[in-house]
Amino acid sequence: MTRMIIALPLAALLAACNNQGGNQASTSSVTQVTGAGSTFVYPVLSAWAADYKSRGGADINYQSIGSGGGISQVKAGTVDFGATDQPLASDELAKSNLAQFPIVIGGIVAVVNIPGLEAGKLRLTGPVLADIYAGKIKTWNDPVIAKLNPGASLPGADIAVVHRSDGSGTTFNFTHYLSQVSPTWKGGPGEGKTVNWPTGVGGKGNEGVAGYVKQIPNSIGYVEYAYVIQNKMTYAQLQNSAGAFVSPSADSFSAAAESADWKNAKDFNLVMTDAPGQSAYPITATTFVLMPKQPKDKAKSDAALAFFRNALEKGQDQAKKLDYVPLPAPLVQQIEAYIAANVK
Amino acid sequence: MAIPARRRVADVAAFAFATTATVFGLVWLAWILWTTLRQGAAALTPSLFSQMTPPPGATGGLINAFYGSAVMILLGLVIGTPIGVAAGTYLAEHGRYTRLAAIVSFVNDILLSAPSIVVGLFVYELVVRTAGHFSGYAGALSLAMILLPIVVRTTEESLRLIPDQMREAGFALGLPRWRVTRQILYKAALSAILTGILLGVARIAGETAPLLFTALNNQFWSSSLNGPLANVPVVIFQYAMSPYDEWHTLAWAGAFVLTAFVLILNILVRLLARKGNQP
Amino acid sequence: MNATAADPAELASSPRKSGAGADRAFQLITAGAAWLVLLLLGGVAVSMAWGGRLAFKTFGWHFVTGKDWDVVGGKFGAFVPIYGTLVTSAIALMIAVPVSIGIALFLTDIAPRWTRGPIAIAIELLAAIPSIIYGMWGLFVFAPFMAAHVEPWLSGHFGNKPLIGPLFSGPPIGIGMLTAGIVLGIMVIPFISSVAREVFSAVPAPLKESAVALGSTRWEILSRVTLPYTRSAVIGAIFLGLGRALGETMAVTFVLGNAHDLSASLLMPSNSIAAAIANEFTEADTDLYRSSLIALGFLLFVVTFVVLTIAKLMLLRLNRQLGRTH
Repeated sequence: MTRMIIALPLAALLAACNNQGGNQASTSSVTQVTGAGSTFVYPVLSAWAADYKSRGGADINYQSIGSGGGISQVKAGTVDFGATDQPLASDELAKSNLAQFPIVIGGIVAVVNIPGLEAGKLRLTGPVLADIYAGKIKTWNDPVIAKLNPGASLPGADIAVVHRSDGSGTTFNFTHYLSQVSPTWKGGPGEGKTVNWPTGVGGKGNEGVAGYVKQIPNSIGYVEYAYVIQNKMTYAQLQNSAGAFVSPSADSFSAAAESADWKNAKDFNLVMTDAPGQSAYPITATTFVLMPKQPKDKAKSDAALAFFRNALEKGQDQAKKLDYVPLPAPLVQQIEAYIAANVK
Repeated sequence: MAIPARRRVADVAAFAFATTATVFGLVWLAWILWTTLRQGAAALTPSLFSQMTPPPGATGGLINAFYGSAVMILLGLVIGTPIGVAAGTYLAEHGRYTRLAAIVSFVNDILLSAPSIVVGLFVYELVVRTAGHFSGYAGALSLAMILLPIVVRTTEESLRLIPDQMREAGFALGLPRWRVTRQILYKAALSAILTGILLGVARIAGETAPLLFTALNNQFWSSSLNGPLANVPVVIFQYAMSPYDEWHTLAWAGAFVLTAFVLILNILVRLLARKGNQP
Repeated sequence: MNATAADPAELASSPRKSGAGADRAFQLITAGAAWLVLLLLGGVAVSMAWGGRLAFKTFGWHFVTGKDWDVVGGKFGAFVPIYGTLVTSAIALMIAVPVSIGIALFLTDIAPRWTRGPIAIAIELLAAIPSIIYGMWGLFVFAPFMAAHVEPWLSGHFGNKPLIGPLFSGPPIGIGMLTAGIVLGIMVIPFISSVAREVFSAVPAPLKESAVALGSTRWEILSRVTLPYTRSAVIGAIFLGLGRALGETMAVTFVLGNAHDLSASLLMPSNSIAAAIANEFTEADTDLYRSSLIALGFLLFVVTFVVLTIAKLMLLRLNRQLGRTH
């Protein structure tokens, strides 16, 4: 009796272990590609992956562990591609023999949880946002905020600041913007995938920040636009460099993307925040894919590239549906030429 | 003879406190179990066990996570149990009064309470970095390392509980030592050792931190242990921290299944222990 | 199936078949397994120390006392995670110890006999609930409860009192050291109460009976006979619970807030060693950053080691008291 209890699970386990050998032999067309990195791009990458698989493509298993994680895992070779919102400089790419190209554009939105306040009704400027995150503006009814929002009833409650607890390209773009518009921020915490936050709680991933903002009353956080739409969160309008208050939307992101100078960016190393233009949204960001130039598993690398090519050419509608901005056609052509030249 | 008021008050206060404390503990248990059931109820459908983890915004199930967890727990069991039983046997039998056994026993207890995330880091450096990729094997190995000290502890203790007369009886019959251990002692301690193994399984079924660095997770079905493998705790972690409502419900449903599994194991352990204690 | 049954006659007639060789092999296998356990723990400790050497070399003692965790500037100090770990564990113990002793008293003395089994099982089920479920429940149910009902009351009533005011000030965001401490306390209760219950019932009946004969109340038996007698075991159990609280990762990651800020207020978020490693390890992209995180893990390991050694010594004393030789 005891023997049977022990034998059955063991037999099942042996079957499971042997299955892997059989799997690779019989269904060699179903390759498993592993990628990791930015949580910013997670909604659209996983939707693309599910769609790609349903049309007979490879399994593209993408895990959102943060841009920093994506960079270090692809450098360590433990994943087949990485995704990051902070582009690497050409010398860093050369040191690790990586190729880098954009895959999608989106916006980073300030979201708030103020009881009674609707989406798009709160107006903020870059310097005010920087001061909130620096802990200089402590309550919602601070005169500086009130001046921007005449007629809005702001509570006297303390602002609960939410930022990222993990390394994040979203944080990089957000703090890059804050450094551009606020000299005190630039001299203080500065920009980076993680910074020394003066105040606030840290959520893990875009998911964590969205979750905290939804839970904690009178809070403010920054998340990717897709997370805002999926969860019907209350976003704030931001004042752009032209002085206009802009709501985050596919149109305002496109307006920012149009002014970007991709042709002259080596290895696409370009950050688009605080873009000029009347209707441009100030915190627009690009997600980049990192892949080894000489991959150790060519089959997986080719499968990943096929997936990305598919996404660049056919996936843009799906991206739009999830509220990302598709890449402009000339950029797509530039990317395809780059891949052909760099990834063997 | 009446007890002075002060002493009586102290006694009543102690009575009240002890009862309150027990109710306090039970209230938390009920609250947590009730929450898990209520939040996950919507997803507790057959499709939980037939569909795979969905992308954001879609509905699905958790079958790839259940499979991955089951495989890694089983493999962790297969690795950890023989080593654990053998080491426990050494501590209770051959090495009973040696210094080595005392040191190993002490060290084993340290490993028992070691933060599981440290174990995960160790296996990451040892296996994932060397192999160059995340894998279910690494995940199973980290689970085995968490299971091992539990099995060692219970094996050692249950073997020690067996009176020496049984060993002496075996020797008197001319049995060599290993036979005494295998045929007499293991049989006598079987239910206790199984108890320890089941407790260990209950513990590793819920471990998340070590799997984060070793097996990672997988959006798709994978029957290969040589790559990232979906598993219940990490999926719960990811889905719970997300802002999508369907994912939240799935996370709670997964949490409910996991809790139910562990609770049933615990009750089984108790039944086994009671049976074992009956001569 | 019955081939392995010990049939004395059959076995006694074949002593040569299974001789010293098999015995030797068996002994080697078991000893080898014991060494493997030793090696594994040694391996874990050594790899932590080795991985952390860059951080220790760069910062020296300031690693333990430094308050900065500045990734951009490359300055790492472990003080905030250590502080958060210790404070949440202290709160956990402050809740768990009296409650566990109360539960043990209830189960050994007060409860009707037929209820003792089921209630004991129910309490121990608290230990069976996976820690990630504690985390989820803590974040989605308990933290909002704390934010809506408990924390405003605390900061309102105690926030401006002289000494303890700073402990209870700050916005009621729900997640923070107090909430994490309470959740940890609930997790630790079953560990302490099960040991306490066992040793309380192991107190020799004559001791308790003589106390009763002298006219002691129930409380006096507990405080003057049971507790002093089982003191070492109970303290040992408390340290075991402490060890569990110190190393807990998932529950704390959900409800502590992951903020590298030092704050006197218990209502504010903080960071713990285990939560910091879980949150930041995958994205540590510089050698110094990674080394600092591993060094944190090593420190936690050392603290757990010390706590457990004390627990073991306490239990050893009790065993000696009760006359057990090992």
